[in-house]
Amino acid sequence: MDTRRLKDLIARKLMFMLCIGILSIVFLIAVGLYIRSLPILVRSGIRDILFSSLWRPTEGRFGLAAFVAGTVWVTTISMVIAIPLGIFTALYLSEYCHKRTRELVKPVIDVLAGISPVIYGFWGMVTIVPLVRDHIMPFCVGHFPFFPFLSDNYTGFCVLTAGIVLAVMVLPIIIAIAEEVLSGVPFSMREASLALGATKWQTVKGVVLKKARPGIFAAVILGLSRAFGETMAVLMVAGCAMHVIPRSLFDPAYPLPALIANTYGEMMSIPLYDAAVLLAALMLFLVTVLFNIVGWKILGRMEDEA
Amino acid sequence: MDRRNLEEGFFKIIMAGSAIITVMSLIFILSTVFIKGLPALSIDMIIKTPQGGYYIGREGGILNAILGSLAIGTGATALALAVSLPVVFYLHIYRRKKSKFSKMVRFFLDVLWGVPSIVYGAFGFTVMIFFGLKASLIAGIFTVALLIIPIMARSIDETLRMIPFEMNESCLALGSTRWELAAKVITRQAFPGILTAALISFGRGIGDAASVLFTAGFTDYIPYSLFKPVATLPLAIFFQLGTPFPEVRQRGYASALVLTLLILAVSVVARLMSKKFVRNIIK
Repeated sequence: MDTRRLKDLIARKLMFMLCIGILSIVFLIAVGLYIRSLPILVRSGIRDILFSSLWRPTEGRFGLAAFVAGTVWVTTISMVIAIPLGIFTALYLSEYCHKRTRELVKPVIDVLAGISPVIYGFWGMVTIVPLVRDHIMPFCVGHFPFFPFLSDNYTGFCVLTAGIVLAVMVLPIIIAIAEEVLSGVPFSMREASLALGATKWQTVKGVVLKKARPGIFAAVILGLSRAFGETMAVLMVAGCAMHVIPRSLFDPAYPLPALIANTYGEMMSIPLYDAAVLLAALMLFLVTVLFNIVGWKILGRMEDEA
Repeated sequence: MDRRNLEEGFFKIIMAGSAIITVMSLIFILSTVFIKGLPALSIDMIIKTPQGGYYIGREGGILNAILGSLAIGTGATALALAVSLPVVFYLHIYRRKKSKFSKMVRFFLDVLWGVPSIVYGAFGFTVMIFFGLKASLIAGIFTVALLIIPIMARSIDETLRMIPFEMNESCLALGSTRWELAAKVITRQAFPGILTAALISFGRGIGDAASVLFTAGFTDYIPYSLFKPVATLPLAIFFQLGTPFPEVRQRGYASALVLTLLILAVSVVARLMSKKFVRNIIK
C-alpha cells in the first residue's frame, strides 16, 4: 500500500473514532453523574428526595421539591412571555415584513443569542429588579390581592423577574427555529390559499401555521429546555435564598441549576452533599435531553418530508 | 371595513409589536451595559490585577479575569476545532449524505447543543474527581470545549453543505484520496465558514460562567500554569456584583462592559472575516 492510501486509511479510522467519541459523550455524562449521585439514591430513594422540601444538608436531609418547584415556576413564567412574543416575531419576519427589515433584524437576534448569561443577569439586576419592586409589585398587590400576586417579599428578586430575564434569553432560540420552519412552508400552498380569496392573515392562520405547527411546537420545546437549564442569570435575579416552594409571582425562587451553581464551595465538606447536588445535575440533564430529543426528532421529520 | 380586514390589521399590529419588543430588548440590554459601565471604566481596570482588599473597594483591576477568559477561550476553541473538524469532515466525505450513521451523529450533536452549561460543569467536576485533579486552566478548557463542540460542529456542518457536490466528485475523479480531498480542497473552500464557526464558539466560550465555576475556579493571579486555577470574566462580574460595596459593584458594571465589548468585537470580526475570505472561494 502506498503512503497516500495509508494516510487516507489512518485519517478515516481516527475520524471515525472521534465520531464514536461524540456519540458516547451523552452516555458518559449520564453514567458519570449517575455514579456520583448513587450514594444518596441508595440512602433516601428518589421519591423521598423529589417530594420532600426539607433541605438541611448538615442534618442529612436533601429534599429537592422546593428547587424543582422553583424551576417549574420560573420556566412557566418565561414561557408565558416568550412563546407569544417569539412566534409573533417569527411570523412577522417570515410572512409580513420587508426583506430589508428581515436582513436587519436577523443579526439583532444573533447578537441577542450570543450575549453572555451573566450580562443578562446584570441587566436584570439593574433594570428589571427595580421595575418589579417599585412598579409592578405595588400595583399588582394593590389591585389584585389574591393568588398569584400576594407576597411579602419586597426585594424585587423573584419569580417574575427571573421569568422576564429568561424570556428574553430564550427568545432568539424560539424565533430562529420558528422562522426557519415557517420559511420552509412551500410558497405554492400560500398562493393556492390567496387565489381562493383568503386574506393574508387567513392564509397565515389557516395554511402556514397549520403546516408549520409541529415545527413551532419543536421551537417552543427547545426554548423551554434552554430556560429550564439556564443558570447564572437566574441565580442573579431569582433571589435564591430560601428553600421554600414559591407561592406567588413575587416570591423568591431557587431553581435547580442555581442550587448546583451555588454549592460549588461547600459541597465537598458535608457527606452526601455532592451526591445530592450531582443528582440535581443528572435530573437537569435527563429532562433537557428528553426535550431536545423530542424537539429535534420533530424538526428532522419535517426536513425529511420537505 | 369588514371583520376579516379588522382581524388582519389587529394581528399585524401584534406581530410588528412583538418584533419591535424583541429588537428593543437588545437595545435596552446594550444601552444598560454602556450607561452603567462607561462611567466606571478606567485604564486601571484592564491593566491591573486585583491588589490586596480589591473586593472591599481597594486598588486593582480585572486583568487576571480578562487573560484567564482569553486563555480558556483560545484553548477550548482549539480543542473543539480539533474534534469538530474531523467529525464533520468524516460525515461529509467518508459517509453518504443520508447515511444512518451521519444522521445519528448529527442528532447527538443537536441534543448535546441543548444540554445546559451547568451540566457540563458538573460533569467536568465528576471527571476531575475521577482523575484526582483540582480546579485548573486545563479542566476549564476541557469543559468549555465540550460545551462549544456542538455549536462549532453544527456551524461547520452548515458550511460544508454549501460546497457544490461536483467539486468533490471532480477532485476524486482526478485520483485524489478522500483525505486529500478533505485536507487540500474542502478545508480551503470552507475556510471562511470554519473561521466564523470558530469565532462564534470562542465568543460563546468566553461568555459562559456556569461551566467554569467548578472546573476553572478563581484566582487573583494572571494564568501561568495549565494546572493552576484561572479567573474568568463572567465569574469576576458575578462576584463583584454580589458584594455589598458600591465601589466594587461599579467595577462589576465596568467588567460587564468589557465582556460585552469583547463578545461584540468577536462577532463583528467573524462577520468581516467571512466576507474577506470569500473571494478565495471557487464558486
